[in-house]
Amino acid sequence: MAEPGPVVTLEGVTVTYGTNTALCDISTTFGAGAVGLLGPNGAGKSTMIKSLLGFVVPSQGRMRVLGLDVAEAPLQIRARVGYMPENDAHVPGMNAVSFVAYCAELSGLPRVDAMQRAHEVLFYVGLGEARYRNVETYSTGMKQRIKLAQALVHDPDLLFLDEPTNGMDPKGRDEMLELVRDLALNKGVNVIVSSHLLPDIEYTCRDVVVMDKGRVVAHGAIEGLKQPRGRVFELRVKAAGGPERFIEQLRAAGLECHATDDDVMRVFVPGEGGAQRLFELAAAASVQVRHLRPSVPTLEDVFAQAVGEE
Amino acid sequence: MPIHDQGYRRYTGVRAQTGRAWSVIATAGIRTLLAKRAFIGLLLLSWVPFLVRAVQIYAAANLPQAQFLAPDAAMFRSFLQQQEIFLFFITVYAGTGLIANDRRANALQIYLSKPLSRAEYIFGKFAILLALLLLVTWLPAMLLLVIQVMLAGSFTFFLTHLYLVPAITIFSLIQVATVALAMLALSSLSKSSRYVGILYAGLIFFSQAVYGIVRGITRDTRMAWLSVPLDLQQIGDAIFRIEPRFAMPVWSAFLVIALLIAASAFILERRVRGVEVVA
Repeated sequence: MAEPGPVVTLEGVTVTYGTNTALCDISTTFGAGAVGLLGPNGAGKSTMIKSLLGFVVPSQGRMRVLGLDVAEAPLQIRARVGYMPENDAHVPGMNAVSFVAYCAELSGLPRVDAMQRAHEVLFYVGLGEARYRNVETYSTGMKQRIKLAQALVHDPDLLFLDEPTNGMDPKGRDEMLELVRDLALNKGVNVIVSSHLLPDIEYTCRDVVVMDKGRVVAHGAIEGLKQPRGRVFELRVKAAGGPERFIEQLRAAGLECHATDDDVMRVFVPGEGGAQRLFELAAAASVQVRHLRPSVPTLEDVFAQAVGEE
Repeated sequence: MPIHDQGYRRYTGVRAQTGRAWSVIATAGIRTLLAKRAFIGLLLLSWVPFLVRAVQIYAAANLPQAQFLAPDAAMFRSFLQQQEIFLFFITVYAGTGLIANDRRANALQIYLSKPLSRAEYIFGKFAILLALLLLVTWLPAMLLLVIQVMLAGSFTFFLTHLYLVPAITIFSLIQVATVALAMLALSSLSKSSRYVGILYAGLIFFSQAVYGIVRGITRDTRMAWLSVPLDLQQIGDAIFRIEPRFAMPVWSAFLVIALLIAASAFILERRVRGVEVVA
């Protein structure tokens, strides 16, 4: 069942690997429901999850999961959480149903219940027909599903999903995201989805914690973070010698600007009078504006602003 | 409308208290091994010496001309020494992949995300080897003792050799615990079970070879502590109250075995982790 108040709390958590600081003085909370943990590769997302599971001991700080202190009650916490690791992971030499039932037994379920739950969960994640196949023969997408199944089989109150759509084809990815949404919205399971894929987080989660370089750079409801504190425009220009110099001028004027896949850039203009300001800056720089369209802020804009991505 | 909903449902049944997961690991591991015909064959083969000894006891009890075969403490000691070859093969067959395969398949993070501690995981894996190895050492030795009592029709031998029960038990446990822990430690060092097998064979045969060279030079058995199998033999002789076969003091054999167990425990503590950190 969904916990009232924060499901996960971190207070001043620092994790170091030798001389590298993976998490730097992090204080944040994860509420009930589905929360995204967003950040580029190496931001510290997986380290945070592994710390919450007790795999990594922080050099300082305190963490609580489902109201329990990670340092004091790691086993009680692990009995109530499920973990879907980022990379391939299975117990070798077992077929899917044996593997998932084994995981349920490890979590304390009686043998008969474990086997029954294993069948149910494998059908739920879409592996019903392949449940007697050895896990080692599975495709990448199937391995993602079996990892979800083993994380779910003991009916956790909180699921940690580390890059759940890694390596999946578009159809499989959509199905995985549907499962995550269903778990959070309809089945009362709290979910923390770690991903570097913005659409995945935006589709499955209500709240997001954005990380970069071991720090939390933004957190809150996605809709709230997307509320404009200015306006976002799609802009295409023609400038002698390319748009780079103009981008520099926009940034010097205090505007957030980042290029997209095509030649259109997205410009965030804080405050009022956005379009007028852009025309003035373009005129001053002798740049032709070929396309200017107001745009709705996306999570990508929030992410780009938060991590300062170009 | 489906007659049975195959969707996800919340679990409302009972859950065991934490601290029992080691038995789940041990049971699954033993079941997996016993499902392999080659392993069953190896187990059956390891009981052939038991049959031979049982025939020996039968002959001694029933045929006056076979009195020279009458069992004594040395027979039980010699039986356990004969089983060392099977101890080696079963340890290699069953033990090499116990942790190495889990490391290869990244299973440690699955195990340790469940409500079990690292110590429980190691103990579960240890229990697999312990059970299987005692099956070819302690169990047949104790059965031989029972057969002796049954065929002799009296408790005389048993009562005069009462110390054989703790001797067989303690020596089997020392022998099995040493090789099981050493194998687990080596298994945690690599992701390849084949490489682990080579490492284990190296530990046994290399230490034996080093001692062989030293003995060849010094013509003395005081350095027998260099060989792990010979340390166990020396300990066995002491436990069975038999004249030790090497000139080294028994305490040095105990010390080497204790150090080997401590080193194995240290390696396991370092290597069995939910996350591998390369600093």
